[in-house]
Amino acid sequence: MAIANDPAPPEPRRYRYVRHSAAVRIMHWVNVVALAVLLMSGLQIFNAHPALYWGKSSYSGRPPVLEIRAQRAADGRPVGITEVFGHSFRTTGVLGLSTDPEGGLAERGFPAWLTVPSNQWLAMARRWHFFFEWIFILNGSAYLIYSFWSRHLLNDLVPTRRDWRSVGRSLWDHLLLRHPVGEQAKHYNVLQKITYLSVIFGLLPFMVLMGLGLSPRWDTLWPGWVDVFGGRQSVRTLHFVAAMLVVLFVAVHVFEVLISGVWNNLRSMLTGRYEITDAPKP
Amino acid sequence: MPQSRSRRRFLLRSLLTASAAILAGCDRISRSSWAPGLFRTGERANRAVQKALTPRNALAQEFSESDLSPEFRSNGTASPDDPEYQRLAATGFADWKLRVDGLVEAPTQLSLSQLRSMKSRTQITRHDCVEGWSAIGKWTGVPLSEVLLLVRPQPTARYVVFHCADPMDEDGTRYYESVDMDDARHPQTILAYELNGQTLPIANGAPLRVRIERQLGYKMAKYLMRIELVAEFKHIGGGNGGYWEDQGYEWYAGT
Repeated sequence: MAIANDPAPPEPRRYRYVRHSAAVRIMHWVNVVALAVLLMSGLQIFNAHPALYWGKSSYSGRPPVLEIRAQRAADGRPVGITEVFGHSFRTTGVLGLSTDPEGGLAERGFPAWLTVPSNQWLAMARRWHFFFEWIFILNGSAYLIYSFWSRHLLNDLVPTRRDWRSVGRSLWDHLLLRHPVGEQAKHYNVLQKITYLSVIFGLLPFMVLMGLGLSPRWDTLWPGWVDVFGGRQSVRTLHFVAAMLVVLFVAVHVFEVLISGVWNNLRSMLTGRYEITDAPKP
Repeated sequence: MPQSRSRRRFLLRSLLTASAAILAGCDRISRSSWAPGLFRTGERANRAVQKALTPRNALAQEFSESDLSPEFRSNGTASPDDPEYQRLAATGFADWKLRVDGLVEAPTQLSLSQLRSMKSRTQITRHDCVEGWSAIGKWTGVPLSEVLLLVRPQPTARYVVFHCADPMDEDGTRYYESVDMDDARHPQTILAYELNGQTLPIANGAPLRVRIERQLGYKMAKYLMRIELVAEFKHIGGGNGGYWEDQGYEWYAGT
């Protein structure tokens, strides 16, 4: 009897709200495709000369900072070697020496399953790279215009004064893999805001600028401007490093998506709808 | 738990299968009849934007002696496999002559000593290869614009075609290249006969190679035999304006 008279514990309230506008959703996925193709065709372009240098030219008397190659080991068998700042690593199977699409072992920088096209084909890789470069630029410009115009930038991405005070707690939450619930989950947290803003306004434009620095014609706009970044070959190295940082960002981004409710996140980026579960009121 | 593990394995395997399928799809796109043409619009757009935003006569960066590469890398042909070329090389190119003809008022032939007696320009520039490497060298030669003044191009001439001595395959297809009149008349476009203060070595294109400093290395034809002015280059070689262009590389190599 006593049990029946107890009030039932309040059900947590669940509801969905529109988290991402259609424009953001479309531009997000266009960006995913463009960046994936740019990365993989970029690695194929890199494979045409799988070494990175620091300085104004490749032949300055200094060794490369990174070199991927194949060579014969002491026992005569070919091995893949990756040399970074003078330190050699055996990377057979992945870097330097890997199976080609026909099944045989071949000398190549990055393996065939990471490049577009998969076989050694520089001219075609450039076609892909420069086509998707424009998709990326046009999509990115559209995103910037939209974000300013719709106040997406000011309302959702620029940290508020309260955000800045919560940096420490947000850092701690991330390390403990703790995610906000209820009303709080409706806003990006401060680390997320800072990361998105630095990728959108820092890393990606920097990567584009370093890409332009590789063009002998863009060099003539202000002859010598590439020396600000250490010279033409340094610019090529920085273009590569920037791309790797984008890969790192995507890896962390996907990891966070996976552990903070993968279906909810995916649904919100596909249909816009994100589900909020309110903590029961005491 | 085992259930969730097998689910995870299933998800991972489907992800791997999906990415393999996407990659195979990309390769099929590369070999399709429509994609190369469509993707080319990207390179065309690069050219349009670069030409619009950089001045027509903007100079490429020039360097100092201390930036010179210790050895200027030889790429492509290192010594043309051609009896006629080897015969000319044996006598130090004393009998070699550059033919300049096509859509010009005064076609001519120029010997090495005639070229050396003309106005010269020396420049330390960076050579950017399409593969991604670069080397810095000091080049001395005749500005192509000087040679053009001599032969007087007809108004219909739109391109300068460089015909070379080096055979590129068993069929005997020889290297060739072409540029438009803007690049041909550019002050840094020279017909170089010296590299780093020495007679141009055979590995780097002796007796004469062209320098087109605002484009990639494959435009800078070596082992020049003939310069031809044309209105279009559809009838030459594979019709794309150059040996590498016929293999799928873009004619405008400013990127």
